[in-house]
Amino acid sequence: MNEEKIIDRRRFELTSIYALGAAIAAALGIPAFSYLLVPPKSKGSAEWVDAVDLSKLTVGTPEEVVFRRDRVDGWKVTSEKTTAWVIKQSDGQAVALAPQCTHLGCAYHWDDRDGNFICPCHNSRFSKDGKVLSGPAPRPLDRYAVRKEGTHLLIGTILPAAKDS
Amino acid sequence: MRRFVDWLDHRTGLETAIRSFLYEEIPASAGWHQVLGSVAIFAFLIQAFTGVLLAFNYAPTPGEAYNSLRYITSQVTAGKLIHGLHHWGASVMIIVVVLHMTQVFIWGAYKKPREATWMVGVFLLLVTLAYGLTGYLLPWDNRAYWGTIVTTRIAAQAPLLGPYLTRLLGVDGNIGVVTFARFYAAHVMLLPPVTTLLIGIHVYLVRKHGVTPAAGDIAPKQKFFPAQVFKDTVAIAIAFMVLFLMASAVQVPLERLADPTDTAYTPRPEWYFLFLFQTLKFFEGPLEIFGSVVLPTLAILVLFLVPFLDRKPAVRVAKRGFAILVACLAGLGWTALTAAALRSSPHPAETAENSGAAVQAWQQLSPEELAGIGYFRDEKCSNCHSVGHAPGGTVGPNLANISASRRNAAWMMRHFRHPADVIPGTSMPPIQLSDDQLYTLTAFLLKLSPANADALAAAPDTMVRGAMIYQSNHCEACHLVNGSGMKIGPPLNGLASRRQKDWVEKHFADPKKMSPGSMMPPYHFNPKEMEDVTAYLMQLPAASQ
Repeated sequence: MNEEKIIDRRRFELTSIYALGAAIAAALGIPAFSYLLVPPKSKGSAEWVDAVDLSKLTVGTPEEVVFRRDRVDGWKVTSEKTTAWVIKQSDGQAVALAPQCTHLGCAYHWDDRDGNFICPCHNSRFSKDGKVLSGPAPRPLDRYAVRKEGTHLLIGTILPAAKDS
Repeated sequence: MRRFVDWLDHRTGLETAIRSFLYEEIPASAGWHQVLGSVAIFAFLIQAFTGVLLAFNYAPTPGEAYNSLRYITSQVTAGKLIHGLHHWGASVMIIVVVLHMTQVFIWGAYKKPREATWMVGVFLLLVTLAYGLTGYLLPWDNRAYWGTIVTTRIAAQAPLLGPYLTRLLGVDGNIGVVTFARFYAAHVMLLPPVTTLLIGIHVYLVRKHGVTPAAGDIAPKQKFFPAQVFKDTVAIAIAFMVLFLMASAVQVPLERLADPTDTAYTPRPEWYFLFLFQTLKFFEGPLEIFGSVVLPTLAILVLFLVPFLDRKPAVRVAKRGFAILVACLAGLGWTALTAAALRSSPHPAETAENSGAAVQAWQQLSPEELAGIGYFRDEKCSNCHSVGHAPGGTVGPNLANISASRRNAAWMMRHFRHPADVIPGTSMPPIQLSDDQLYTLTAFLLKLSPANADALAAAPDTMVRGAMIYQSNHCEACHLVNGSGMKIGPPLNGLASRRQKDWVEKHFADPKKMSPGSMMPPYHFNPKEMEDVTAYLMQLPAASQ
């Protein structure tokens, strides 16, 4: 074998080693990446839970409503207690706010004196319709999807966060 | 970049180490036949990688294990592929390891001074098989459960050591949570570091003695990199391609959840253990221990001692007729035994006969009582209540021990509808079922006692579903099962001895065609319902009255 052939051969071998190595790494890396980071297919569609009879609520006064719902938790479905702050509107509709502050997830409560929601952790204040009034909260309170059936309010999933205006 | 590499090398010697590893001199005769060791290491790395990924979504306790594995394969993105790579990767690893040993044997590479390298290699083979054995239980399906029952019974036969082995494997009469924990711990915590250590020693020894040259190879040596690394990489890529195709194309068998009461199940080991399974069949009675323990132990011992049994320095194949003959015979024997096992053992689908098997407690329940188990399971009552020793919650009382004052349908019905009215302060939610369904649930709970709780809790799901279909279609309005129902139509006990399954299925679709003069209306079930309800009817024991 002459010198040139040896060099060619060596170049071919090196290229093959890197190319095959990269192909194997990709064939393992891409599935591993999606396995860990792509959200799993969820079983079944979001369910609606009968949370409260609206006729029992006063218009304009937020009410803490506790209801039970099934939560899909990996390979398990657990039935758990969930809370929503429900505000009945004058037109008979209602808003259901998710019970966690949008800052760091603490549970906020209704301050009857000031007429707004206050989060005890870092003093974020929210108006009755969930807008940020003061404090570090980055966006308005999250809302549940709601549907009315007769006088009953059905609560669905939490809606994607709306832009703060 | 260069400066960084120099800096790193000066501080750690990393580059020098990699260089001396890659530019190791190997014989000119080294080549394609010596790629298998590298492929084996690669196969191990694949198992480690996919194993860790699986563990990220896997709950290592019985029951949960099965559910989480189902979750991985049905819901997690690429989960099926990762599980497939791990499952078939085990087979690939065994094949590669055995091919590697065969190559070393034929080339006579175990001879002086490489005896220790060979013996460490035999250890690695045993470790590889131990992965197969322990990993087999981890899906906790019927296959895993029954296969492991056999494994642990064989271990128990070992002379002197039997009882200790049994205890070590966490087997107390039967396999259960402790066995599972032991197998899992061995599989993921004990074996991997042992393997890593052994591979380290093995590779060190290979490097210490150098790659074995072919007989009479006196040509100038060559470097390991890149010529041999290229060959190794190509071999690895081929092995990986085969594995990847298998993992994407071939369904990994996952049977139904382990069912200790399934008397119809014939366990079969993984293909690479089939030869042992077949060997067992040649020994009966007191001789059985020869097939199960003595012969395998001897075989391992012989494998270990190969370098000392064959001490002649000759490495040329032509001069080692006897050794090669022994290897060929071993290979032939393995093939013949495996083939015989594949031919003789019944296909899983044909084993659904349970004639002669003892009648299980759940088989004696009325359809209503058995259907009640279904509502019990559907309503997830076991999240809070235990039944006997079956796993369940501890929030509520164990339902096998309901006190006499509550052991009546009226109390139970009131309790199901409005738990807090009957037991003030209870955290039990009302059960959202129709009255008919609640009565069915009540029927099961009234039947429950500490004596039958475990046996009833183990009723196979298919049968329970079948009973629920039977119950909800009011079949008992005409038919009699286990003494409950009417005799307008024929009693259904012992149906399997009178009719074939497909006859029953056709009969559902068009009763008048199958039995002229029948008053039975046609029933149109979906395939799953049809499967469940026929399975239920076909298992009904012959009437005892």
